[in-house]
Amino acid sequence: MSAAKQRVPAVEGWFRMDEAEPRLLGVRCRSCRTPYFPKEAFCRNPACGGAELEEVALSRRGRLWSWTDNRYAPPPPFVAKDPFEPYTVAAVELEAERMVVLGQVVAEADATQLRVGQEMELVLDTLFEDETRQYVVWKWRPVRSSAA
Amino acid sequence: MAREVAVLGVGMHPWGKWGRSFVEYGVAAARAALADAGLAWQDVQFVAGGDTMRNGYPGYVAGATFAQALGWTGVQVASTYGACATGAQAIDVARARILAGLCEVALVVGADTTPKGFFAPTGGDRPNDPDWLRFRLLGATNPIYFGLYARRRMEIFGATPEDFARVKVKNSQHGLANPNARYRKAVTLEEVMASPVVSDPLRLLDICATSDGGAAVVLTSLEFARRHATSPVTIAAVSTVTPRFPNTIIEMPNFATDSAASVPAPDVPFKDSIARRAYEAAGVAPDDLDLAEVYDLSTALELDWYENIGIAKPGDAEKLLREGQTTLGGRIPVNPSGGLACFGEAIPAQAIAQLCELTWQLRGQAAGRQVEGARLGIAVNQGLFGHGSAVIARR
Repeated sequence: MSAAKQRVPAVEGWFRMDEAEPRLLGVRCRSCRTPYFPKEAFCRNPACGGAELEEVALSRRGRLWSWTDNRYAPPPPFVAKDPFEPYTVAAVELEAERMVVLGQVVAEADATQLRVGQEMELVLDTLFEDETRQYVVWKWRPVRSSAA
Repeated sequence: MAREVAVLGVGMHPWGKWGRSFVEYGVAAARAALADAGLAWQDVQFVAGGDTMRNGYPGYVAGATFAQALGWTGVQVASTYGACATGAQAIDVARARILAGLCEVALVVGADTTPKGFFAPTGGDRPNDPDWLRFRLLGATNPIYFGLYARRRMEIFGATPEDFARVKVKNSQHGLANPNARYRKAVTLEEVMASPVVSDPLRLLDICATSDGGAAVVLTSLEFARRHATSPVTIAAVSTVTPRFPNTIIEMPNFATDSAASVPAPDVPFKDSIARRAYEAAGVAPDDLDLAEVYDLSTALELDWYENIGIAKPGDAEKLLREGQTTLGGRIPVNPSGGLACFGEAIPAQAIAQLCELTWQLRGQAAGRQVEGARLGIAVNQGLFGHGSAVIARR
């Protein structure tokens, strides 16, 4: 039973491992306030050059910038299901951060209904699993409108 | 004019899937370029090699690898890497050496041997390498990024998959007579639309293949060139720009863009800045161009380039294509060589191959694909990790 498997992040420190309220974890420069994801050791704003960056949780929701999918199994280090299952990848623009972040789209979403500008939210989902563990990553999920 | 160098010789090893050592392709191209220049290998004072990441140590020191294979002469050497823009960096290193007066004759060589299928990151467990992580965490192949751009074009500008297919149809026609092209077969709109989807909306025939191939150019000072040729082709500008912060367009191999929350996005986006820097250095404008070679990693990206290099306003690229303006015989033919659609990509050789094509076009030697009366051309390209590449040549 997969329910018995331990769920662990597929990468350390990139997101809050909170299934109910997941957030991407970036950093923000204490001087110029520019946020970064993934985390940086130094501010990359050439006019700032700050060296003090603090961890921040990024906005959970954003608007779809674009999307596509993959119909063929990518090479390692991606761990593909056997048989391979195509997946959708979305680029989502976070309004407050003025930043576009990539992520897979949850498998249950209907990609034919996606439109640029629609609201998306961050969730946690299994990326791949082995005998004992499920490796978890962030994904994007369309926000159901109240009309739906 | 004093800041120009001459392209005295050009040569290529045909693109294909030959499965032999990249060194062999590079040497064949170098010998062809030297013969074209009427020079001997012993005349070369500086070698700039474009590195390849998929052929072990000899690929990381390509300049010396080619020099050894051509026969050690004590020639001075440099090896450079800039992803898909590698060739332009090698050209620029050689050009700068000549303009600095440190040598008169330089040889630039790039060649690659490629595996089948998707480009994969280099091996091992490297969780600090974004190029490794994008495959691991997102399954974000190169066509994923191409697909994002293509879908965005459809949503913002109303482009259609048929528009993308028309780019392939055009380029397949252009490359029919090119002896160095790997694919020399006319492709129909129906054939593109019937090919399998790889990364929606892009199909197999929308996406360029990976190829083996080699290209070389002999660059010299103008003074040297005048003693060896009448009215040689010259390089008017080379642009190897990087983005300006914040770069707000998602690019390979990144997970996210820079944030524009504190610093506004630059007036000129990165891809627009690549050609613009070259135009400024050469003192020319997009309207002056007779032809362009652009990096059609996907058909949709060729349309983006029309706007990035200023031959179309944003959203007008499809119109330019449909009207035949970028077809041979049109106002501004794009990819008369057939482009990556007919070549496939041999990474470190590709920007050098673009300059070979510009040179043949400007000399009037592009048999079967000649842009009549061509005097000024641009070749543009972009490599992952923020490498711009543009070369302007004229005669």
